[in-house]
Amino acid sequence: MKSLKAQHSPLADAHEQIEILEHGANHDDAFRLIPFQQKLEGIGLYPLKPTRLEIFQINVGKMCNQVCKHCHVDAGPDRKEIMTRETMQQCLEVLKTNPSFKTVDLTGGAPEMNPEFRWFIEEIKKVNPSINIIVRCNLTIILSNKKYYDLPDFFKQHNIEVVSSLPFYTKDRTDRQRGDGVFENSIKALQMLNAVGYGVAGSGLTLNLVYNPAGAFLPPSQTSLEKDFKDSLKRDFGIVFNNLFAITNLPISRYLDYLLQSGNYEKYMEKLITAFNPAAAANVMCRNTISVGWDGFIYDCDFNQMLELKVDCSSKHIAQFNLQQLANRSIVVNQHCYGCTAGAGSSCGGAVTV
Amino acid sequence: MSNHYYNAEDLNKFGDVGKYQKELADKFFGWYGEVFKDSALSAKEKSLIALAVAHAVQCPYCIDAYSSDAFEKGWSESQLMEAVHVAAAIKGGAALVHGVQMMNKVKEIAM
Repeated sequence: MKSLKAQHSPLADAHEQIEILEHGANHDDAFRLIPFQQKLEGIGLYPLKPTRLEIFQINVGKMCNQVCKHCHVDAGPDRKEIMTRETMQQCLEVLKTNPSFKTVDLTGGAPEMNPEFRWFIEEIKKVNPSINIIVRCNLTIILSNKKYYDLPDFFKQHNIEVVSSLPFYTKDRTDRQRGDGVFENSIKALQMLNAVGYGVAGSGLTLNLVYNPAGAFLPPSQTSLEKDFKDSLKRDFGIVFNNLFAITNLPISRYLDYLLQSGNYEKYMEKLITAFNPAAAANVMCRNTISVGWDGFIYDCDFNQMLELKVDCSSKHIAQFNLQQLANRSIVVNQHCYGCTAGAGSSCGGAVTV
Repeated sequence: MSNHYYNAEDLNKFGDVGKYQKELADKFFGWYGEVFKDSALSAKEKSLIALAVAHAVQCPYCIDAYSSDAFEKGWSESQLMEAVHVAAAIKGGAALVHGVQMMNKVKEIAM
């Protein structure tokens, strides 16, 4: 499995993805869907505005040790786009002058592969010792090289909230999505995190898992799934964790490629639209989140970032960060947004409705 | 009229049955929704039962619906197939056990 970029796929181009979302696989409007904007207008949510900006999400780069079939970043070992220390310093400046951000959410790729990763976390803590830092850790990175073996201790030392992808509690579904051997290494990594206290009741160290459907379907009930995950991981591997986030796959990048290749694209889009939930729309994560790309540009969310849809205001880069402008902007929406409003809704923190 | 009896798109029109008799349809769909909720049995367990019954009654709409639903809820391919075998075994057994009735009748009339 290679990234779309390495394959020179037309889908590596964000504009091509947007064309497909707006005009169908053949760009001929033979398959058209109700515009997402129209759905929001129908429930009085358009233009979509931020509520309160609390989460500062930073994508520190597209480099990753894995090449997952559903990856919306098109991440992989061949991706060299990573955030520099200079851009990180600009992020630190923003955090220093905008204490309203309660959470810094570090994602990638595998964020740990950025050589400035540890320095960056230490500096964030210096700026604001009480800020909650989330690291979206793919688990296998911990075992991929000796230099990462101590990551559980490093996370513990800085009281990082670890959020880790584990598409399923069985090997077959996990490896189908994330590659051969990923399940086994993920289990070992989870055991290492548990060993230092992550996910263990009373430790104060939070370990949350992320479920993505391994196929062209929506996640089931997050509550029921969490119970299945907890029962199975405890029984089979002695693993404990805090919460499960059930996340819907958005039809962009490699997941869009999968949908098109498998003939599921149209059915999946119809499924998302049929499941449109106004309550989920009101709670979408882009209303309280700002997403910063590896090169410092600012987006409404990580998905808009991958589609290169920058924020609709003049504060487009971290060097020109202006909280007021960002708080008053209209959020950029398109057809992929149906992924966040289907069923119980979906965000980087899982379902957005009960 | 269409020239075939089953059309996959008709599954999405199931709710339309209420256009001819709303009160009964509302009662059916309300009851149906309640049946499949987490309760003494989980929604996940009920989905697998529904899949087996769908095969027993050989309803193509139900098979499509509950193959997807049961897989989405986390049952593996082998578990789904075992559920189908349970349905098949009961159907096969139901036919075969009537062999006893056949034997009884033959014994009744044979010298």
